[in-house]
Amino acid sequence: MVPLSWYLLLSAVLFAIGVGGVLLRRNLIVVFMAIELMLNAVNLSFVAFARQLGAEDGQVIVFFVLAVAAAEAGVGLAIFIQLFRARETLNADEVTTLRW
Amino acid sequence: MNAVLFLVLAALTIAAALAVVTNRNPVYSALALVSTLALMSCFFVALEAYLIWALQLVVYAGAIVVLFLFVIMLLNVQREERALPAPGAVVSVAAGAGLLALGVARAVTRTAFASMPAVGDGYGSPAHLARRLFTDYLVSFEITSVLLLVAIVGAVVLGKRRV
Amino acid sequence: MVIAVPWLRWIVLWPALGVLLHLLASRRWPRLAPLAGPGVIGLAFATACAAVVTLAGHGSEAALVDGVYRWIRVGALDVQVALRVDWLSAIMVLVVTGIGFLIHVYAVGYMHDDPDRTRFFVYLNLFVAAMLVLVLADNLLVLFVGWEGVGLCSYLLIGFWYREPANADAGKKAFLVNRIGDAGFLLGLFVLVQTIGTLDIASIERQTDVLAAATLGGWPVPVVVGLLLLLGATGKSAQIPLYVWLPDAMAGPTPVSALIHAATMVTAGVYMIARLHAVYALAPVALAVVAFVGAATALLAAVIALAQTDIKKVLAYSTVSQLGYMFLGLGVGATGAAVFHLVTHAFFKGLLFLGAGSVIHGMGGEQDMRKMGGLRAHMPITFATMLVATLAIAGVPPLSGFFSKDEILWGAFAGPHAQPVAGVVGYAAAALTAFYMGRLFILTFLGTCRADEHTRHHLHESPAVMTIPLLVLAVLAAGGGFLPVPALVERVVGEHHAPHAPLGMLALAVALALGGLAVAWRFYGGAPGWPERVTRAAGPLYTLVRDKFRVDELYGALVVRPLFALADLGARVIDPALIDAAADGAAHLVRRSGERLRRIESGNVQHYAALLLAGALGLLGFVLIR
Repeated sequence: MVPLSWYLLLSAVLFAIGVGGVLLRRNLIVVFMAIELMLNAVNLSFVAFARQLGAEDGQVIVFFVLAVAAAEAGVGLAIFIQLFRARETLNADEVTTLRW
Repeated sequence: MNAVLFLVLAALTIAAALAVVTNRNPVYSALALVSTLALMSCFFVALEAYLIWALQLVVYAGAIVVLFLFVIMLLNVQREERALPAPGAVVSVAAGAGLLALGVARAVTRTAFASMPAVGDGYGSPAHLARRLFTDYLVSFEITSVLLLVAIVGAVVLGKRRV
Repeated sequence: MVIAVPWLRWIVLWPALGVLLHLLASRRWPRLAPLAGPGVIGLAFATACAAVVTLAGHGSEAALVDGVYRWIRVGALDVQVALRVDWLSAIMVLVVTGIGFLIHVYAVGYMHDDPDRTRFFVYLNLFVAAMLVLVLADNLLVLFVGWEGVGLCSYLLIGFWYREPANADAGKKAFLVNRIGDAGFLLGLFVLVQTIGTLDIASIERQTDVLAAATLGGWPVPVVVGLLLLLGATGKSAQIPLYVWLPDAMAGPTPVSALIHAATMVTAGVYMIARLHAVYALAPVALAVVAFVGAATALLAAVIALAQTDIKKVLAYSTVSQLGYMFLGLGVGATGAAVFHLVTHAFFKGLLFLGAGSVIHGMGGEQDMRKMGGLRAHMPITFATMLVATLAIAGVPPLSGFFSKDEILWGAFAGPHAQPVAGVVGYAAAALTAFYMGRLFILTFLGTCRADEHTRHHLHESPAVMTIPLLVLAVLAAGGGFLPVPALVERVVGEHHAPHAPLGMLALAVALALGGLAVAWRFYGGAPGWPERVTRAAGPLYTLVRDKFRVDELYGALVVRPLFALADLGARVIDPALIDAAADGAAHLVRRSGERLRRIESGNVQHYAALLLAGALGLLGFVLIR
């Protein structure tokens, strides 16, 4: 059996990669994908803990995360479509008018 | 799952994740994302979360990423000149994210976890999960369904040409 | 023994009621002021008489007390507002209300044509109320309330005709100089509270042993308290060094000068020291200071009066000088004599001021004696009463002034804390007093009239409402010497009545009095030209005396100008550089940091996410480290 800590470490690494993607990529679609990556890393943590504790509550939470991620993806991509229609670009550096 | 299998799968997962983040073509990134999700689902199986495994493949890999691809195609998103910005930014963000991972690692290794116990039959099965959902977490369930409705309406409205 | 008498408060309430009445009702009834003003004082006088009668029924050791309410209760300090009538305060109350009544009646005539008449009576009634609080107070803090109250009214009344800047300045000067004295007074109160924890006069008298034993910075507490309170007294009673306001205070209407600056307010310092005899008895050093301050002031003021030409100024300096006598009496342990002189002085000085007012009134506002003369024919009643007053103040027997002044001078040589040197100074001042008062009288009433045609035409005796108080006061000034004041006071204060002065001393006093008057007659009544010859011979000395030894200028240079310079520094340097800079600087700082900080809102979502990461790292670190 693989100990719990290994799962958690893997989760942390994947999360960190996702953070890097969010902060560094300029293409907004890819940023969004990196966000999904982060969510997934957390899902892994939840399921691992659920297994460790022998309870299914962690899995229930993952269920909800899945649902919310789906909703979020839908709405988010719709917003991107609107943004593209307005600005002709999906580059994060070019959509900064909400500034000081 | 035995350790070797875990390490191999973990390595592959990490590679796929890096591919998502560093690819210049968004379509390739999406495909890398599918791989990552599929590999993750293997871990779910190892952790006896069968329903979640199925859902992950169906919802995440099957629906969400497909959605991504639709939008990429629709908007005809081109491959970028450079995937990542200037090295300075990369290094500092990498450092930050690395610190984050290290912090979690430290917390995790400091705690002494017992080894995983055996679980009963039906653990992680749809029946069990359904029972939990419809009894203890009923309110959240209902609210989530409303959330999905709202998301649908929102997506439709936001997707129109003339709002 | 102490008897509780709940209606004592009416002595104070009647004048207070008068104030309210005038403030609220006089617009409707403009004729109210002349009636209610004296009226309430008359009622107060009646109540005071009733109190005295009650007191008399209980013997000379008794005291009537009216505990009105508990004012302060903080920690160990318990201040009751209570009124006390023993023979000392009874005498004071009778003087204040009685002479106050007469002067109010007089003022009805004097202020008849003044458009601000009502305001005058408001202030005057308020003054009497405050003075009564001062005199009847059973607690030093309540006394201080009255002390400040009379100071306020003094300011209001001196500057009554405020449209003239000089009058307002005189009022301010009085108030400010008094303030210095009040600071000393307060410090004395603080030391008392710190030592025995109470300001109740009865309690103070009971704890003299505690006081006697205590020290403050190496000095015995009674001496410290005595000197600090003396500072307050010199302010209120116009002694050296804080007498400079009294001559300027003559800018106020003459009834004010009579009531406040002759008969009552200025005696507050004397009363206060007499009241606290228990404390001063423990501090012979302080008493010596009191005596010498009094003697020096008596002499200095008498000298300055010699060269003044304004009739009211002469009387002002005379008041300062006579107050010096009272202080001398207190300082040598002749408290009874001092209070006796207070009473007789109220009679004859009040009369002198009212008479001067009558003269000024008749002369259409002229106050310079060089333009007077020969008024005997035109103002006979004023002439006669002023004559009585002049003889009284000079100390001619059997008028009142002789008895009281003599008792003090005898006390200087034979009292419990005798100071013979001060006594000699006192005799010198007495001689000068006779001289300058004689000068005043002769220049004003005798000889040929030096006024111009127009004034001479309008010369007239004052109306009855003004001359009747003059007559009453003349009777008192003449016969007041037979009142048993010293005996009563000494019972309260615990002094022994010294055996009577030897005939030699009495004869000397009479000789000086008559001699002074005679010299004045020689100078001013007989061959003219003497005064000019003397002033020419004296030369610069005369100018110095006439200019009151330039004391005001000295104070101006030593105190006033440095203070103004300091204030100027504050206004021109400290305020802009420090305070404005701090306020402006704070605003500046906020603005600058705002300008810098808002760059965080770059509009770039990833920047925001990076900040989130930083925050999360911080939190994680905190959790891990803890």
